[in-house]
Amino acid sequence: MLRDALTVLTKDLRIERRSKVTTTQIAPFGVIVLVLFAFGLDELVVRGPGESSANTVSAAAVSAGLFWLATLFAALLAVQRSSALEQADGGRDGLRLSGMDPAGIFLGKSAAVFLQLAVLEVLLASGVVLLFDATLRNPLLLAATAVPATVVLATTGTIYATLTGGQRSRDTLVPLLEFPLVAPILLAASQATRAALDDRTIDGWPWVRLLVVAALAFTALGVLLFDAVLEDL
Amino acid sequence: MAGLENMVETSPPIADASPNRRENPVDGRSPAPVPVIDFQRVVVLLGRFPALAGLDLKVGQGEIVVIRGANGAGKTTLLKAVSGLVSVAEGSAVVLGVDLRRDRRTVRRSVGLLGHQGFLYDDLTVAENIGFAVRAGRADPDRIDPAIERVGLGGRLRDLRVGACSAGQRRRTSLASLIARNPALWLLDEPHAGLDPEARDLLDTLVREAAAGGTTVLVASHDEARAEELATRVVTVGGGHVTDDRAVTHRPRAAHHAP
Repeated sequence: MLRDALTVLTKDLRIERRSKVTTTQIAPFGVIVLVLFAFGLDELVVRGPGESSANTVSAAAVSAGLFWLATLFAALLAVQRSSALEQADGGRDGLRLSGMDPAGIFLGKSAAVFLQLAVLEVLLASGVVLLFDATLRNPLLLAATAVPATVVLATTGTIYATLTGGQRSRDTLVPLLEFPLVAPILLAASQATRAALDDRTIDGWPWVRLLVVAALAFTALGVLLFDAVLEDL
Repeated sequence: MAGLENMVETSPPIADASPNRRENPVDGRSPAPVPVIDFQRVVVLLGRFPALAGLDLKVGQGEIVVIRGANGAGKTTLLKAVSGLVSVAEGSAVVLGVDLRRDRRTVRRSVGLLGHQGFLYDDLTVAENIGFAVRAGRADPDRIDPAIERVGLGGRLRDLRVGACSAGQRRRTSLASLIARNPALWLLDEPHAGLDPEARDLLDTLVREAAAGGTTVLVASHDEARAEELATRVVTVGGGHVTDDRAVTHRPRAAHHAP
């Protein structure tokens, strides 16, 4: 299974390195989302300490939520791109015919999406710090939050994108399925990220534990179900 | 499965495939009249439509069977059913000694399908695409370079992105993947389509060499003249059944026919 995962991971990353879709399209898209939100919420966000009022929100609260929203939107593009690779020229049938372990294919494709999103998150985190003057108080907590949350985005996205891969309406189906599923994950990730920034009123680690459980659960679900997902249902 | 895996790994190199024969795919011993494909009353449904409606077919090791039939007769569905790409709804379907309805993955690993789609990635080079197919199929990586040379994609062409290749070069890349993987059963769906005369001749040569080495080949084709020239047996399909099944006696290369 791991050998097959590595084969698929290497293939997907090699394609990405050559096509540069993440760097030229998905990353700019994520940054644009972040900037647009920053413009839209500019009046509401309080950057300096002690300036908050009833009609304002702290930079930490806003930037954490926006960071994960921008990541989610970009993740949708990334998983759809990952799925599209297998739609062209019968790649999906090619994977099925290869005899590779479906669980390995799932892990390989999810890992490729995860790595692309991880790079994107570094970029978006820098954007958050620049745009909202957010302070990174606990980098370890942020990393511990980002890893399981990104695993959830990558695994659920890979499952749904593959499941809807043969459908004509797949581009709209994936967000329709993905958003409700990951809404609680985004809430948990936002809370933990807020704590990792400069909000001392929240303990982030319970949220991280929740995210780790979700990441393990969705990874296990994908490993178990991807055989059925990959077949024509 | 041990015999089947052994057969794939010990298969002869491409250049000298002819003198050696694969062992029997089922028990690993010398060639015996055990069908590589044994379909009995096989039904395949595409939606509610029975694309194969109780089809019977036995194919022995080393045979080159050309499947003929009108559009929609069930040729492609038959190849997909043999490869395990579509599910068999009813009947008995045994390929390489493995029950398709129980273990499709094992069969798929020993089957190579060259169909209307090439299973290629545009952003990978010719060599990378073939390398991926070989690694995914757990075949010998040493077969990659000879396969590339054999289909005429050596030199600078091997590093050409497939997205920049012509249709014929893409077809050759898929063919190279097939011969590099060297599966025990080749399934070719209109394999001559999109190939120039030189490539068609090369394909026929490769098919004959593979069959001489013990590989079983099923070819779905509309090209009757070429089919007659290549085949050791011609099977006509219509309405999801086999309507005619005859050996091509003028071909001296004819191998073991199924009982």
